[in-house]
Amino acid sequence: MSETRTDGGSEDYEHYEAVVVGCGPGGAAAAARLAEHGIETLVLERGVEAGSKNVSGGLIYAEDSAPYTIDDLFPDFREEAAERPVTDYHIHNIDGRQVTTYDLTDLHEHDTDWCDAVLRRTMDSWLEQRVHEKTSETGGGVLTGVRVNGLLRENGEIVGVTCDELDPIRADYIVAADGVNSELARAADLMDWDEPDEWFQGVKAVVDMDADVINDRFSIEEGEGVAHLFSGDLFEDVRGGGFLYTNEDTLSIGTVFHLDSLVAEEAEPHELLDALLTHPLLAQWFDGEYNELEYSAKLVPDSKKVAHREPYADNLVLVGDAGGQMQAQGPIIKGMNHAVTAGALAADAYALTRGNADPEAAGRRYTTMLEQSGTMGKLRPRRYELTSTVGEHDLVTKAVEGVLNSPVGSIAVGNPIAKRLLPKAYNSPFLVGMLPDTSMAYTTLPSLIGEKHGRTVHWENEIEPPSLEERIGDLTYNTDVGNPHILLQDESFEASGAAVYACPVSAEDFGGGCYRAETVKTNGSEEKLVSLDTQPCVECGTCAIVADTEWTHPRGEKGVEYKQG
Amino acid sequence: MRSIVLTKGVPDFSEGAVSFDEDGHLERGKTPTVMNPNDHFALRAALQTRVRHGGHVSGMSMGPPSYSSVLEEAMGEIYSDDSYLLSDRELAASDTWATAITLSAAIEKYQEEVTDVDLVFAGFKTADGETGHTGPQTAWCLEWPIVTHVIALDIDPDERVLRAKRLVEGDVDEIETVEAPLPCFVVTDPEFEPTYRKAAHRLEHKRLRAATEERVEDFDDHLTTWDHEDLRLDSEYIGLDGSPTIVSSVDPIPKAPSEREATMIDPGDSGGMEQVLEELQPYAGGD
Ligand SMILES: Cc1cc2nc3c(=O)[nH]c(=O)nc-3n(C[C@H](O)[C@H](O)[C@H](O)COP(=O)(O)OP(=O)(O)OC[C@H]3O[C@@H](n4cnc5c(N)ncnc54)[C@H](O)[C@@H]3O)c2cc1C
Ligand code: SF4
Repeated sequence: MSETRTDGGSEDYEHYEAVVVGCGPGGAAAAARLAEHGIETLVLERGVEAGSKNVSGGLIYAEDSAPYTIDDLFPDFREEAAERPVTDYHIHNIDGRQVTTYDLTDLHEHDTDWCDAVLRRTMDSWLEQRVHEKTSETGGGVLTGVRVNGLLRENGEIVGVTCDELDPIRADYIVAADGVNSELARAADLMDWDEPDEWFQGVKAVVDMDADVINDRFSIEEGEGVAHLFSGDLFEDVRGGGFLYTNEDTLSIGTVFHLDSLVAEEAEPHELLDALLTHPLLAQWFDGEYNELEYSAKLVPDSKKVAHREPYADNLVLVGDAGGQMQAQGPIIKGMNHAVTAGALAADAYALTRGNADPEAAGRRYTTMLEQSGTMGKLRPRRYELTSTVGEHDLVTKAVEGVLNSPVGSIAVGNPIAKRLLPKAYNSPFLVGMLPDTSMAYTTLPSLIGEKHGRTVHWENEIEPPSLEERIGDLTYNTDVGNPHILLQDESFEASGAAVYACPVSAEDFGGGCYRAETVKTNGSEEKLVSLDTQPCVECGTCAIVADTEWTHPRGEKGVEYKQG
Repeated sequence: MRSIVLTKGVPDFSEGAVSFDEDGHLERGKTPTVMNPNDHFALRAALQTRVRHGGHVSGMSMGPPSYSSVLEEAMGEIYSDDSYLLSDRELAASDTWATAITLSAAIEKYQEEVTDVDLVFAGFKTADGETGHTGPQTAWCLEWPIVTHVIALDIDPDERVLRAKRLVEGDVDEIETVEAPLPCFVVTDPEFEPTYRKAAHRLEHKRLRAATEERVEDFDDHLTTWDHEDLRLDSEYIGLDGSPTIVSSVDPIPKAPSEREATMIDPGDSGGMEQVLEELQPYAGGD
């Protein structure tokens, strides 16, 4: 109350040596490592608890080649915060009822020390506790329910952050680990949300199942877990795939699609998820029972295109999804592990340059460390860069696709030699890394494989997934009444209509979602307009890209609260 | 800042908790005691002071031994460091005046034996007594300034003054800003909203909460009970003997008798319904 804001002079503001925004894996790693260096660190997280805003598939990898893994920083992580380790890994190539299954364990185990399934509410809230303990020792701590809404600048230079719930805070070092829709990365002009082809959209259902039943139906023992991936024609022409991972006593089942493809196909994300859930192949695991605990969604950056090569501005660095550091290695998704690595490196970079008068010293060092540790090389594979820059990429793809679609091509895939070669190719990190982002990789090839080599699935899948309305109804919201966090800038259908389909909690002809289209008659002419109600919003970020909006996160503790994630 | 928070137990009037005897009288012995609802707001002001300025907070209550549960509740809520219960058969049946004498004696003893006090916080009215006298009378006994109906509070420890916003109720609500020297007695309004706009304050809040969770487990180790002898109070001035207020009698509030006659009509009976319509016609208007 006594704090007075004097014009421009921010001497009165609180000061912390480091401020970390976001307490996901990236923020947690950065903060823990900063505290280990004895640096006073304040962590600001907008959720009621860390994890309450987060979604992942999610398999967290500990790569042999990574400079930091999550259990390096948090030794009890696997016992305390993770679900089951993945001991079995399969991909199913689907063509209608024809399915060819490949064992992908080799690919999965390439460069992998261990890999566990996680649920983000459990995982992140556990991390939050550890991070709070660590950072408290050096004079900081974790505060939840605080949304950072911008950067504090002095003479144009970044010197701190501004928040909804707190007075501005000055900091010598700012780590933006605020995830895929990073408001800080945008405020610093480092990232934008412009092109749908730079992003994926992930949608997920957490399904209740007793541990014993899981062991039984997936033929595993306690302490074992499986991962199943799905590709082929079950999503029609939308480019992407599905996954199923076993947790302690739940299943994580979801889909990840290229956002541009979702938009182009006018596909409804929840229907694509349902296409997976109701496929005959899944009947073997459900046995007619289906109890969905939570429906969730979030954008995923495609590091090949958006991982920032120099993720810093002044004393601000970007870590994890905020810097686009989410690697889709073919069907394997690696975001959390890279966020951990980047967070820890960002902390080390600051410790090494502490006291340097140049505010960008740490950012430059961090960039070098990302390169030298090989992290940037994984995020932006050179092979991909080379092919895509010459524009050859598309050509190659088109050619391959043409061949595959031709009678000759399909015969080739159906060839007995191909039957032996294809599983090998799928398990090659090199080849999988080369898979172009076209329907060739996602649909044509897998469905051909399914068709040529597949066995017919005879099970009947009789489960009925909940409707969108029921899914929304089951979520917990703390609505910020009268204070919508997303504003529609252009309500014409041309500008914002894509959100009616692509928003995971909206659908055409569904009045209870966020986006609705309606035809309005004005002076004899008809116009199709879009309207927005943010109440059911799950804060996935899709409409920041596909519609013309002014997009922000809700205030601290407001909005959706995931219990599983 | 060193503060004392005065809090009181009241019968739990929430659904299902209240016990009545055959004649419909409240059975206090069987009805659980909870913290006076308005005290919660007073506690928030004390907590805000503690969070922003550090120091020490003690909870204090006068009542039967069972009131220790109220002090325990207070500890959980305002993270008080310790608790003082003024309890003694001789203190039973005190009115607000005798209560004020007892409380002020306890605050003085606390100042002599424990530590100086900068602020005493009390809630606004109790749910069972509804007089609102105890606070002002206690302040008067202590010869301290008192600020009531406080909705926002700021303390300047260097200048040793407090600035408060008070909600002054009249035909229209007005907000008055006042300044008072410390030590001071503060009665908070139910509209009191604590604000924590500094990260340091929120971190301190979190630290206090964690520390309190452990302390509450050994609540009894942090509870001191004082009787009238400890407080050097003459029994003439306390309890029933020291209570000048005479409650002449307590009348149950009679139910307003119905002055109108009622006729029951079966809606299925068309003749009856016709009668209803006829009766209503004069009121229908426009006809
Ligand atoms: C469906 C799906 C499946 C996925 N599968 C996998 C997988 O199997 N394996 C894998 O490794 N990765 C997977 N990912 C990606 C992975 O979830 C992310 O890459 C990872 O979470 C990134 O971590 P992060 O710390 O950068 O950001 P996040 O985990 O998103 O954390 C950001 C944090 O910042 C907070 N925050 C945001 N804005 C603010 C603000 N303004 N103020 C304060 N706090 C803020 C958020 O509440 C959140 O806690 C998947 C993603 C999705 C959506
Ligand atoms: S309104 Fe936008 S951010 Fe919210 S769920 Fe829909 S697409 Fe996602």
